[in-house]
Amino acid sequence: MSTQTLPEAGRVRSVVDYYLTMMRTSIVNQFQYRVAQYFYMLGMVAEPVVYLVVWTTIANESGGEINGITTGEFAAYYIVWTLVRNMNIVFGAPYWEWRIREGRMSADLLRPLHPLHNDLAWFAGSKFVLIVLWLPIAAGLTIAFEPTVDPTPLEVVVFSIAIWGAYLLRTMIQSTLGMLCFWTTRGAAIFDLYITTELLLSGRLVPLPLMPDRVETVAAFLPFQWAFFFPIDALVGDRSTAWLLGGLGMQLLWIAISFVAFRIAWRAAIKRFSAVGG
Amino acid sequence: MGRMAVVEVAELTKTFVVPEREAGLRASIKALVRRKHREVHAVEEISFEIGEGEVVGFLGPNGAGKTTTLKMLSGLLYPTSGEARVLGHVPSKRERDFLRRITLVMGNRNQLQWDLPALDSFELNRAIYRIRRSDFTPLRDELIGLLDVGDLVRKPVRNLSLGERMKVEIVGSLLHRPQVLFLDEPTIGLDVTMQKRIRSFVADYNRRYGATVLLTSHYMADVVALCRRVVVIHHGRILYDGDLARLGAEFAAYKTIAVDLLDGAVSLEAYGEVVEREGDRVVLRVPKEETARVTGRLLVEQKIADLTVHDPPIEDVIELVFAEPK
Repeated sequence: MSTQTLPEAGRVRSVVDYYLTMMRTSIVNQFQYRVAQYFYMLGMVAEPVVYLVVWTTIANESGGEINGITTGEFAAYYIVWTLVRNMNIVFGAPYWEWRIREGRMSADLLRPLHPLHNDLAWFAGSKFVLIVLWLPIAAGLTIAFEPTVDPTPLEVVVFSIAIWGAYLLRTMIQSTLGMLCFWTTRGAAIFDLYITTELLLSGRLVPLPLMPDRVETVAAFLPFQWAFFFPIDALVGDRSTAWLLGGLGMQLLWIAISFVAFRIAWRAAIKRFSAVGG
Repeated sequence: MGRMAVVEVAELTKTFVVPEREAGLRASIKALVRRKHREVHAVEEISFEIGEGEVVGFLGPNGAGKTTTLKMLSGLLYPTSGEARVLGHVPSKRERDFLRRITLVMGNRNQLQWDLPALDSFELNRAIYRIRRSDFTPLRDELIGLLDVGDLVRKPVRNLSLGERMKVEIVGSLLHRPQVLFLDEPTIGLDVTMQKRIRSFVADYNRRYGATVLLTSHYMADVVALCRRVVVIHHGRILYDGDLARLGAEFAAYKTIAVDLLDGAVSLEAYGEVVEREGDRVVLRVPKEETARVTGRLLVEQKIADLTVHDPPIEDVIELVFAEPK
């Protein structure tokens, strides 16, 4: 007979082990539904292709460029857009409601690990599958739209970091918003408002330099562009080293701000949890 | 009790505030201006202790406060007032060391990865609970063997039947070898064979690891097979805490007298309520305080081959307990 708790493996090693195991599990799960995943991704390509066709047409009619952005640069922007958009898919705010309603929250809370780790690791794992699936789509779009892109090694490095920074930032913002689900079962209206604001001020709908100056100024004080416009522009734009590193710094700042906001919201939220779903 | 208290509950209370309104458009418009709320006292000032290695049945009808109590003890719910300690920890603080030492199994909840074989979920649990592989593999295999699920853990969870899923779910919940098990209806919806299997597994786990178990179940067979002690809760308050065997003596207002007559044609209506008659055998229900007198009369006045006095079946006693007014 043994009533002793099992000894614990080392902390740092365990966290790394957890992330790797969860990401592996997520990848296995994604492969389980690879065809569905592919069709989902193809569906997602429709949005940037519409933007691309519209802007290319306008640019062609305006002598080949708008505000200094050429048709080839538009193509580059929206092709990289498809990858950044996929990297930006996170455990969204409305899913906190699902998690609570379906009793998943109880299961998550019983584990000696914050649910945020679960979300981060799971979606991070799925990104590897998405990147692999994205490559042929990007190749097809490149052939069709002939993008103009000539990144420096630094831009490639910054882009590679920034897409993960964008993922982390968006996870933190969405998770903080998700805390509303502990107070209301009708958070959808607020989530919709967030999505619309993000759509306009992130560079998802229109590259930010094409927005009116006032909108650009407002966007500069909000976190959205650092999760969307910044990673894309880091790769396809022609930016200085200071701007690139400053962008990573802004990502880090907004991640820290949203992390603190999440921690405060979480502490209050968890006391309200009524485990109604199980 | 004599054993070290693993679960200590003192004056524990949980009150939910729920919105309330009448049906219809008028009530709906009225609710826009002034929302009405009602307090639901799910658990009211309950106190009890459970010693190390004890298996205790937690009984009560639907809505009695059983699951709310289990959720408070496992750290899912913050108590409104009162105190709870499990293994020396305050559950609502949800400390990692506490969560590594307990488990809560809910009979109708799935905590495994739906689309993957259970083995993948087990592997994930290993990482979550930071179990060394040298400890994990033998324990996993031992649990798989105990519940005989060797051929199930390689199938995607979605392809398992309810009973099969419950078994692998239990394996997953015990991979970190918890010292305290909160089992909420672990056999709900399962067939009799599967119920027995899970019962014997819980008993086995308790014996092997000296684990403390608090079990809720609507199946009295679970409770009778596993628990010597029961805590009965109703309307959020504890009605009884003690030996299961003494529950009948405490609550049953009647006893049954089974009589084997030499002349089966005799009527025994005058002695008590006849609840069963089969050939020469008659079963009477009599008020508890009259049992001795009625038995004496029967032996004197009738020609009897055999006579036995019983407490009512535990299911009937529980029904009586639950019928107690608030």
